[in-house]
Amino acid sequence: MSTDTTEAIRTILREYGRLAEDVTKLSDQSDLFQAGLSSHASVTLMLALEEHFEVEFPERMLHRRTFASIAAIRACLSELHGASA
Amino acid sequence: MYVGVDVVSVNEVSRSLERFGERYVRRVFTPGEAAYCRAATGRVAAERFAARFAAKEATLKALRPDTTAIDWRSIEVRRHASGWCDVVLHGEAAALAARQGIESLALSMSHDAGCATAVVVAQVVARTFNRES
Repeated sequence: MSTDTTEAIRTILREYGRLAEDVTKLSDQSDLFQAGLSSHASVTLMLALEEHFEVEFPERMLHRRTFASIAAIRACLSELHGASA
Repeated sequence: MYVGVDVVSVNEVSRSLERFGERYVRRVFTPGEAAYCRAATGRVAAERFAARFAAKEATLKALRPDTTAIDWRSIEVRRHASGWCDVVLHGEAAALAARQGIESLALSMSHDAGCATAVVVAQVVARTFNRES
């Protein structure tokens, strides 16, 4: 997926992730839960991502791994977009 | 015996209810949980939702998930007429509990000072350990 997708994920993460760390200082591989992402914030993050990217995370993706990093979120979104193409 | 604990900000849940509304409720809570929480309004409703979310996360911690994907709605808080609440598992959550040898769960929830919290204790089937002679 494009750089735009990564930037959109970072913007949504900044707004809904309620992280203890500055999103701009995180790499795509940084552990978001270590950066302060709570389980509840991961739910609102998921809802905001679904709204922005017009997808729905299926039950099999409702796992910490899905929201573990920006790269992991991007991979799941890519899979979902691929499935809807 | 396994234990799980969680704490959730009531304000954060309140914001999610305002921002995402029905979609937030539908993705996280069962119809029974939603009906009980919505029997109240405003802050009290948000406290009820927050306590239930904390209970789901505390249960998840007590279940010690491996790589299993668990739908939030497969962990359900049921309130008895007396006011006490229990956790009921469905689907993958129930299957995971069975794999972990968990035979029962005990739940306690509370909320005050803007936070909701829950503790879950999982009773594990007694196992036989080999002893060194």
